[in-house]
Amino acid sequence: MDLSAINPTLLVASLMVASTPILLAAIGELVVEKSGILNLGVEGMMIIGAICGFAAAVVTGSPMVGFLCAAIGGAAVSVIFAVLTQYFLSNQVASGLALTLFGLGLSAMIGQSYVGIKPPTTYKLDLPLISDVPILGPILFSHDFTVYAALVLVLGVWWFLKYTRGGLILRAVGESHDAAHALGYKVVRVRFMAIMFGGACAGLGGAALSLVRVPQWTEGMTAGSGWIALAIVVFASWKPERVLLGAYLFGGVAILQLNLQAAGVSIPVEYLSMSPYLITIVVLVAMSANRAKSALNAPAALGRVFHASR
Amino acid sequence: MLRLEKRPSPSQTWAYLAPVLAVIATMIGGGVMFALLGKDPFEAIRIIFYDPLFSEFAWYYRPQLLIKGAPLVLIAIGLSMGFRAGIWNIGAEGQYIIGALFGAGFALALYPTESPFIFPSMILLGALGGFLWAMIPALLKTKFGTNEILVSLMLVYVAEQLLASMSLGLMKNPEGFGFPGSRNLQQYDSAHNAEIWVGSGVHMGVVFALMAVIFAYVLLARHQLGFHIRLTGESPKAARFAGINPNRLIIFCLGSSGALAGLAGMFEIAGPSGQVNIAFNSGYGFTAIIVAFLGRLNPLGIMLAGLLMALTYIGGEIAQSSLGLPAAAIQAFQGMLLFFLLAVDLLTNFKIKWAKAEVTL
Repeated sequence: MDLSAINPTLLVASLMVASTPILLAAIGELVVEKSGILNLGVEGMMIIGAICGFAAAVVTGSPMVGFLCAAIGGAAVSVIFAVLTQYFLSNQVASGLALTLFGLGLSAMIGQSYVGIKPPTTYKLDLPLISDVPILGPILFSHDFTVYAALVLVLGVWWFLKYTRGGLILRAVGESHDAAHALGYKVVRVRFMAIMFGGACAGLGGAALSLVRVPQWTEGMTAGSGWIALAIVVFASWKPERVLLGAYLFGGVAILQLNLQAAGVSIPVEYLSMSPYLITIVVLVAMSANRAKSALNAPAALGRVFHASR
Repeated sequence: MLRLEKRPSPSQTWAYLAPVLAVIATMIGGGVMFALLGKDPFEAIRIIFYDPLFSEFAWYYRPQLLIKGAPLVLIAIGLSMGFRAGIWNIGAEGQYIIGALFGAGFALALYPTESPFIFPSMILLGALGGFLWAMIPALLKTKFGTNEILVSLMLVYVAEQLLASMSLGLMKNPEGFGFPGSRNLQQYDSAHNAEIWVGSGVHMGVVFALMAVIFAYVLLARHQLGFHIRLTGESPKAARFAGINPNRLIIFCLGSSGALAGLAGMFEIAGPSGQVNIAFNSGYGFTAIIVAFLGRLNPLGIMLAGLLMALTYIGGEIAQSSLGLPAAAIQAFQGMLLFFLLAVDLLTNFKIKWAKAEVTL
């Protein structure tokens, strides 16, 4: 065992990269849940994004086209969920699960011919001098653009929810769809758009996984990231800034256990690989234990079916 | 303009028609998908739904129907009770793995002792393993109110890692020349879940699946606990006023579904699969969710749905070899089925009416 091989600077830098896919998916799901919809299909939308982005990037040779296609792909499958829950008034839990199962199957089908291929490299920030500053350079100024895009997105969502009229309407719909409907807001339309935004974000997250973090395509490669993203939204008690904290925490655990594996700690690899999932459970328990505090922020209409009888 | 009008109570006719309609819609949707993959859609659908039952090799495929259907029905029966009460155990895959590990671990520890008590003990241990694994989300839910969906799902990944660790370490075959995977239980008579009639596909798991169907039917239709489950699902508020203890229901629903999933895993590892290895779990725990919904959360319906889903598995395998259809196509096909089912379900709870466009300002 050689713990000195673990470099704290690189650890922080790589945890930012590692947590980006989850962060993107989680911030999208936060918006969806704020509108009162529980979409359990994050895992499915994410893996669809992963393969759409990967395939598009390989075919065109451009990672940017890849990310664009990933967002479109994620949003496209989320439309199925949106139609089911908004127009066919289906149970959200069941529809979300269906989306995940369908996404995993469809992605494996699309991805058949892409196994073992290397994707084009995503543009990485590399400023002369600044990127070489010790400690701060690798942490702040030498990432691929997804890391920054995710941070900008979190900031944007925070601003949108807190300071814009659109954000207010979205929150109103999520708190009480009946009241929002009575005020003349188009509940279904708002939710439809929120779901599609969530799908696009999850798709981007998937592409960040297949194009940057891994970078490769393997069947079922999201391995629960989408579910962890859902857990992070709960952990964050529906606050964007805490989603960031949550995602970095989980990214940190994932990276730390990889580093420990590499350093040859005497704990078997399988038990280290369990740790992100176990930590997720621990965090969920801790959050629900002081429920009075955390549930205060949960959208009141979360998961309830809206049917305007008049 | 189309308008939806909520039915005072769900339509009985549509409750039966919806799954049939969904299967037909999936055949059409699946056909389109296969056509996009460049396969003849009619041939693909015929191979998936017709050939396993009536082709010249059907004698081989028909027993497979029971072998693949049994775990699906066992797991789905357990899940359906929770789903009815609004308790979502979606980690059956994990409970399936742990049940298998408990059963197989016991047998491997006793190898090569032969005794008629080994297999019955394995059945008990399999159920216990699944039950204990499901108790984690159950107790966390009752003690702290933690979301059981996320916890049970996270535990699937933990169970998968545990399975990997066991097949590479503790349960590895000492005479396996270093290859991962345990001894094959099919070659260990006392532990082998053998077919009861050779070539029929009927093993103890099939018998247990049938028993579970009957037991669940009686429970839901005749027993007070079944009434409590249905009441909680249909009106949680009324259930609270009636003095039903929600925590007891959570423990019962998660515990029984975990035990049934554990049993399914145990029968699988002692029979058709035979070996503790990384590739042991094949997603039955997730497919069973579709089975439960397709069967309308009704025990008899689940039995039929389980057989249908087993049919698509077998048909998918045939299509894989004869048409070169990707393995994942069947998974997408099954997911599609659930989508259509959920969509058609609208007709069970709502009436669609033509309404004249109203005057708007």
